Amino acid sequence: MSGEARYLKLSGLEALVITRESNFINVGERTNVAGSRRFLRLIKEEQYEEALEVAREQVEGGAQIIDVNMDDGLIDGKKAMVTFLNLMMAEPDIARVPVMIDSSKWEILEAGLQVVQGKCVVNSISLKEGEAVFLEQARKIRRYGAAVIVMAFDEVGQADTYQRRIEIAERSYRLLTEKAGFPPEDIIFDLNIFPVATGMEEHRRNAVDFIEATRWVRENLPHCSVSGGVSNVSFSFRGNNTVREAMHSAFLYHAIRAGMNMGIVNPTLLEVYDDIPGELLTYVEDVLLDRREDATERLLEYAQTVEGAQKERTEDLTWREAPLQERITRALVKGIDAYIVADVEEARQAAEEPIEVIEGHLMTGMNVVGDLFGSGKMFLPQVVKSARVMKKAVAYLTPFIEEANAGKASAGGKAGKVLLATVKGDVHDIGKNIVSVVLACNNYEITDLGVMVPPEKILAAAREHQVDMIGLSGLITPSLDEMVFLASEMEREGMQLPLLIGGATTSKAHTAVKIDPVYNGPVVYVTDASRAVTVAGDLLNKKEGERYARSVKESYAEFREGFQKRGKAKSYLGLEAARENRLRLEWNPSDIAVPRQLGVQRLDLIDLRKLEPYIDWSPFFRAWDLHGRYPDILEDKVVGEQAKSLYADARAMLRQVIREGSLKAQAVFGLFPANTVGTDDIEIRREGAPPERFLTLRQQSGKKEGVPHLALADFIAPADTGLTDYMGGFCVTVHGAETLAAAYQDNLDDYRSILVKALADRLAEAAAEYLHREIRIRYWGYAPEETLDNAALIREAYQGIRPAPGYPACPDHLEKKTLWKVLDVENQIGVRLTESLAMWPAASVSGYYFAHPQARYFGLGKITREQVEDYAERRRIPVEEALKWLQPNLAQT
Amino acid sequence: MPDIRSILNQRILVLDGAMGTMLQRYAFTEADFRGERFRDWPSSLKGNNDLLSLTQPGAISEIHRKYLEAGADIIETNTFSSTSVGMADYGMEDLAYELNKASAALAREEADRMTRLNPNKPRFVAGSIGPTNKTASMSPDVNDPGYRAITFTQLRDAYREQVEGLLDGGADLLLVETVFDTLNAKAALFAIEEALEARGEDIPVMVSGTITDASGRTLSGQTPEAFLISVSHLPLLSVGLNCALGAKQLVPYLEVLAKRNPGAVSAHPNAGLPNAFGEYDQTPEQMGGQIREYLEKGLVNIIGGCCGTTPDHIRVLAELVKEYAPRKVEVELDSKSHPEYARGQNPKSNNRTKG
Repeated sequence: MSGEARYLKLSGLEALVITRESNFINVGERTNVAGSRRFLRLIKEEQYEEALEVAREQVEGGAQIIDVNMDDGLIDGKKAMVTFLNLMMAEPDIARVPVMIDSSKWEILEAGLQVVQGKCVVNSISLKEGEAVFLEQARKIRRYGAAVIVMAFDEVGQADTYQRRIEIAERSYRLLTEKAGFPPEDIIFDLNIFPVATGMEEHRRNAVDFIEATRWVRENLPHCSVSGGVSNVSFSFRGNNTVREAMHSAFLYHAIRAGMNMGIVNPTLLEVYDDIPGELLTYVEDVLLDRREDATERLLEYAQTVEGAQKERTEDLTWREAPLQERITRALVKGIDAYIVADVEEARQAAEEPIEVIEGHLMTGMNVVGDLFGSGKMFLPQVVKSARVMKKAVAYLTPFIEEANAGKASAGGKAGKVLLATVKGDVHDIGKNIVSVVLACNNYEITDLGVMVPPEKILAAAREHQVDMIGLSGLITPSLDEMVFLASEMEREGMQLPLLIGGATTSKAHTAVKIDPVYNGPVVYVTDASRAVTVAGDLLNKKEGERYARSVKESYAEFREGFQKRGKAKSYLGLEAARENRLRLEWNPSDIAVPRQLGVQRLDLIDLRKLEPYIDWSPFFRAWDLHGRYPDILEDKVVGEQAKSLYADARAMLRQVIREGSLKAQAVFGLFPANTVGTDDIEIRREGAPPERFLTLRQQSGKKEGVPHLALADFIAPADTGLTDYMGGFCVTVHGAETLAAAYQDNLDDYRSILVKALADRLAEAAAEYLHREIRIRYWGYAPEETLDNAALIREAYQGIRPAPGYPACPDHLEKKTLWKVLDVENQIGVRLTESLAMWPAASVSGYYFAHPQARYFGLGKITREQVEDYAERRRIPVEEALKWLQPNLAQT
Repeated sequence: MPDIRSILNQRILVLDGAMGTMLQRYAFTEADFRGERFRDWPSSLKGNNDLLSLTQPGAISEIHRKYLEAGADIIETNTFSSTSVGMADYGMEDLAYELNKASAALAREEADRMTRLNPNKPRFVAGSIGPTNKTASMSPDVNDPGYRAITFTQLRDAYREQVEGLLDGGADLLLVETVFDTLNAKAALFAIEEALEARGEDIPVMVSGTITDASGRTLSGQTPEAFLISVSHLPLLSVGLNCALGAKQLVPYLEVLAKRNPGAVSAHPNAGLPNAFGEYDQTPEQMGGQIREYLEKGLVNIIGGCCGTTPDHIRVLAELVKEYAPRKVEVELDSKSHPEYARGQNPKSNNRTKG
């Protein structure tokens, strides 16, 4: 027999196993209408969102079980219990701990048991109404799979002596284990903690009887637990928290040693046992343990002397009492902006010049942030929050500084000036904005030119602001060329400024092979935002900067050499041979599903609530340099805390944009008769308009015998089969993020500004996923049964693909122009294409639909110049232009 | 017939493989699904695999037979979705009891036939109880996280009806499987206890959860250990995992169960992960290779297959388990020694002894 089987085991989303070795289990009590006025008000006013925050604070504050109680005359307790628990279950960071369903009414207890998947604790049942009711309730509780708190209460009344406590406990235990089949380890006794020092003789032994009864129960009733509400014991000293805290600690100290292993304790009303002053501890223990006749009098007397030394607080604000610099540093490190203006004002009044507050207090704090970040003890979202506090402080000080500086040149002291821009034709700026914030936090002066910045403007701004460094960002492949172009322009103008390269499509390879050779100044590829500070610091270091730049140049040259050698080793098939080896599907009419409705359709307002289940959160975390897979990342040892907090903020923002309707998802899509003509082009036919062609590109790199060289055109029936096949195209977008982000930025809230953009990106991807499903089951309808299948719920694969131009299967961005034409995207849903064919608004996704059961995603890989020339002819553009667009896929030959 | 609990102490038992995968081979048409009886049914019935127990019983029996011939000790009834909740999609709520009884009877007949052929290897029928297509602890409406599409009592009543049908049709065991919301499973367990109590029967119950993906949690967010704790209030024959993942991906989660569950552990994984076409292409030998790891590590007492597995897979597993001793079970599998009963003081144990 495994001993483990006899431990009290509870569960929320995670397990809570209470062993002999477990520390005291702390039950959160603030989600109790009887114990918290705030919670009562929130529930009465049905402010459930805020009420949930109370639960969240409890869990974050260390509660291992959450007690929920809705017993109040003015509340429909059953309804409130069910509503609150249901909402709680939707919050993974709360639902991870087990629930204690607390009520004096059986119908509320049972309603609670019916909505919680984990193993709960019922609080409570007792022999008050006799054995029959007690047993019936116990059997049901076991059948619902919960543990139970048994009050020391019987037909006669509440147990108030040692003897009555142990009698009722033993009787309850026997009934439960012998007649209700209740596992003893699932029984928790509440042996009634009553006040002491009330002045009444019969209350003198209240604490000591509880402690002794606890000892007896734990020794004589195997495997059960003992719990209780600790604050009762000090009831007589309400208002004198110094004494109450000491009483709670001392009481717990003795009760835990006697075997009390869980309970309700308000952690803010608890002194550390060893920190209780010796004199006070003696008086308190004399009372608790009933050691002296005059114990109560002596404690009361002592209490007079400490009265008024109030320590009560709603949240832990002790840090507000620290010296000014510590407060400012803490506000920056913790990202708390509530007090920063007051603190900065205090600092300003003490300083001779307002600028000293920035250079002194604030920079000292930001240096701590920088050190913590650099040593991996803080994470990007926290740093962005710190920056929000910093910005608020600086904004407050700026008028004073300007006044003081009237006429004087502005004070220096910056680490350096950095110009940042997302290059021409590209609209993506989340990463760039993060870099901007991180560098600003590290005392760099940032000139941020925004998105879609033409090269001449970048160069002009670099000269005008006399910057020390330029940082370029880009997400789509044409941006790579823009970066090369800008670097060559810098070379032409004889610049020597360091150039930093970052963004999703950029790479060390591209930087080393394409950008670095055209510019003599330093060029550095920056892998992620957190690296930017180090790189900038190294480059601008007066002593070592040059040496660093040189070493990067050398390493890129070496990389280039290796890369070019490797490139040559690869073999490519000639275009004709590749076409000959295409995927030849057997075409049966039964493989072709006729769309239910042909032509172009628009979805004007996709309900964001429908999109939420389709959100893939992992890339969201990646955007913030938090690496790991959702939802694992929330539990990650290193970044879990940060990921959780970021996730909570994202969810809150999602709720807000849903409520306010400030983000709007739209879609346009079309389904058309289509056939492959030749081998690589797909012709679609439309009513009342000439046919259009989608040009696809074919793999050419060497393959094993029997493996086809794919092009998307292979998934559509060739015209010569005589069959009519179909394909589709789509674009989805999320409007509104730019406006919201700008508003946040105006409010100096970079954190939310970045957050809303990252969220909009996720929603656009979710909309694409959602629409694809709608296409499969409804509009095209080739998989109508998908919806009926449970397997779909647990994310099985589905039939058909939605490749996007600009991505591996079809890297050709020019295809978007054709899509835009056939779907009339710009007029339909207001998404336009930049000169680099990026979509604006940035939170947009477009692509094709292929429905064939064998259609699958693949990567084009490298193609030869021969195919580019052939493609140019099909596209009717000059070869040079085709080379420009397909550069990233061109094989080195 | 010997008690399955005593056999479990002696060897590893083999559960059958996928029903749906085998049914696909028949390529039944809408008309086949309807049969004569439902020729004029108002909605489409294609895809209602459970209905085939009534309209194509020969095929169901044949699949059972193939799995038994492959060496399965336990076959599952064709009732994964046969609750009034699951059948609502087809307007067939009223058929739930009949479907369960008929499906159990089909399996019963095939199992008995095989047992007669080889009485040394008794075959068992497990009544398959699926999760339904609704979740009791999650909202389908993201803007209204407090909303629930179904309540505990609705599920409990639907499961009660299913359980009665399965038992009336002759099921030896009940298997609550593919649990992705533990609250649904708890409603099923509640219904099972009620039914067994009312009938005065003692039928072993197996529970099998589903870890959705590499997050290592159920769809409703529980860790394997939390899931185990949440269903351990009944004396279960086994707790295990099935579906969603292949044998290899299940290993870390089975290790948790094998460590934490004092009772028997089961697994019936998919034939690997689906390929780009949504098909399962793991061969019997490949799957067998991965299952060997379970056996080497002593992780399981009952092994079988879920999506994509076939009699060929089961045959490999049945051969494989012969080489290994079963995982050591820490509690006596005899129901009377469950903690609840071990105290020897449960009045219910009198009327729950199998008659």
